[in-house]
Amino acid sequence: MTGPAPAGRRSIPTPRVKAADVTQVLHTPPPAPVTAEDDLAALAARYGLSVSGARPSLPAYIRQLWARRHFIVAFATAKLTAQYAQAKLGQVWQVMTPLLNAAVYYFIFGVLLGTKRGVPDYIPFLVTGVFIWTFTQSSIMVGTRAISGNLGLVRALHFPRAALPISFCLQQLQQLLFSMAALVVILLCFGVPVAASWLLAIPALILQFSFNAGIAMIMARWGAKTPDIAQLMPFVLRTWMYISGVMWNIDKLTKNHHGLPTWVNPVLKGNPAAVYIDLMRYALIDSFHSSQLPPHVWILATGWAVLFGVGGFIYFWKAEETYGRG
Amino acid sequence: MAENVSDTPIPTVVADSVDIVYRVNGTGAGRGSATAALNRILRRKNAEKAAGTRTVHAVKNVSFVAYKGEAIGLIGTNGSGKSTLLKAVAGLLPVEHGAIYTDGQPSLLGVNAALMGDLTGEKNVYLGGLAMGMSREEVKERYQDIVDFSGINEKGDFITLPMRTYSSGMGARLRFSIAAAKDHDVLLIDEALATGDASFRMRSEERIRELRQHAGTVFLVSHNNKSIRDTCERVLWLERGVLRMDGPTEDVLAEYEAFTGDKSDKPKTAPKPKPKAAAQPS
Repeated sequence: MTGPAPAGRRSIPTPRVKAADVTQVLHTPPPAPVTAEDDLAALAARYGLSVSGARPSLPAYIRQLWARRHFIVAFATAKLTAQYAQAKLGQVWQVMTPLLNAAVYYFIFGVLLGTKRGVPDYIPFLVTGVFIWTFTQSSIMVGTRAISGNLGLVRALHFPRAALPISFCLQQLQQLLFSMAALVVILLCFGVPVAASWLLAIPALILQFSFNAGIAMIMARWGAKTPDIAQLMPFVLRTWMYISGVMWNIDKLTKNHHGLPTWVNPVLKGNPAAVYIDLMRYALIDSFHSSQLPPHVWILATGWAVLFGVGGFIYFWKAEETYGRG
Repeated sequence: MAENVSDTPIPTVVADSVDIVYRVNGTGAGRGSATAALNRILRRKNAEKAAGTRTVHAVKNVSFVAYKGEAIGLIGTNGSGKSTLLKAVAGLLPVEHGAIYTDGQPSLLGVNAALMGDLTGEKNVYLGGLAMGMSREEVKERYQDIVDFSGINEKGDFITLPMRTYSSGMGARLRFSIAAAKDHDVLLIDEALATGDASFRMRSEERIRELRQHAGTVFLVSHNNKSIRDTCERVLWLERGVLRMDGPTEDVLAEYEAFTGDKSDKPKTAPKPKPKAAAQPS
């Protein structure tokens, strides 16, 4: 070997151990190699080596994420198509599943419980609510497992981890678009006229996607640390669904309970799920008037989207280097 | 081992007293039963141990420096922390203590986790390439090479079938072909040479040598001492997370073979004295 012997090239030979011991008993590690830690760190610094697996800066992280945009889309599409790959009817289930879901809810809430009294166009009202709610609900559920359920991927390949929750939310968005196609058919069947306001569905969906992705990233960080959250979420989500007016009109609900404090109605109507559901109803159903929307609804919808979208992203990035541990 | 390097070797990977610890949930005593779980909730003290979280100290105080142009073999019996160390070098597993410094982004030759059995081989080539960080254009450009290299289409048009229908050998060949399609700065290979039949193995070893020429440094984990001898000039020997030896391939392998040979021949008795070949006390 030429030149000075590089530091840390050889370790000190370990004390000789009997083979039988080696296989059975845990020993304390042998004494550390003579090279002091400073030497190796200094050597690394001299040649401009960077710490492996360190968290990149926020702008660098966003750049990396942007560079992986095709992977994000391809992964979402692949997941979506793989979902029904083994079913005989194949991709027909993309539309069938939301329709069956809506049918069940109609049977329970429309027919058995009679919630439809006093709500015009109840079926479009209900189906829109169910579809939009399902988008948020399943984004949160897949977000919770985005890291903890894909440890193999996280431990095998290098990519900004935010790609996973975002990709899963994108998959849910694609699923929702199938549902929306079914919804259009339902709307036309029930005589809801085509209107220019249908175009408002696009900004509403973009805002909702941003909100969903943000909350999915928050849940992904929690779920990565504590996988138990995935067990808890169905209960939280079901409670959230019932107070967000998916199957009924929040105004009617609060009017029937006279003892309720006055702040309950605006809080319920201002919660993000209710905001996005009502926006979509307002956009699609002509009998759902703007008077039924909470005040400043677009500002509210944008606020939730920005707050959670940006906040969730930064919150997720803060723990970037820890994903993949046990 | 430094023959092919210029006067001052340039370090590409520096591991500085690295410890890696896994935490595994749900391994406490009596973990399965409900009463045990209730007991754990009531008995709050010593929470982590009671909650059944066990720590596995997979890599203990390992230090080494790898230089440009080196091909380094990692050997050791099963479960001695080789793959774990490799993942930490790739920055995929966080280290508990110490640090790993690298030149650029080391990449693990492995793409299996991104592939989906329900998708066709064709879509998996695309998805795997994107997952490794190739651009769409790069994937399109190399698509045909990947398929040809894998030899999947030699016996018919199999690339358009879902991957779950492939035999295990075919699947392994396609996975290796996708993974090897990209050039890397620091390349980490984990048991990749053991896939496929003899002719594919030859082709993969050829491809590994090619990758080595492009890569600054190659790490190879293998239980096949022959492929270590063929590709590496330096070997790190890990045993139960501890770096037992670091030196030229022949010296370390001789020790290692004596070590493993001892165990298989007469497991109960003390080993015969081994010559201290490589690791001389400094």
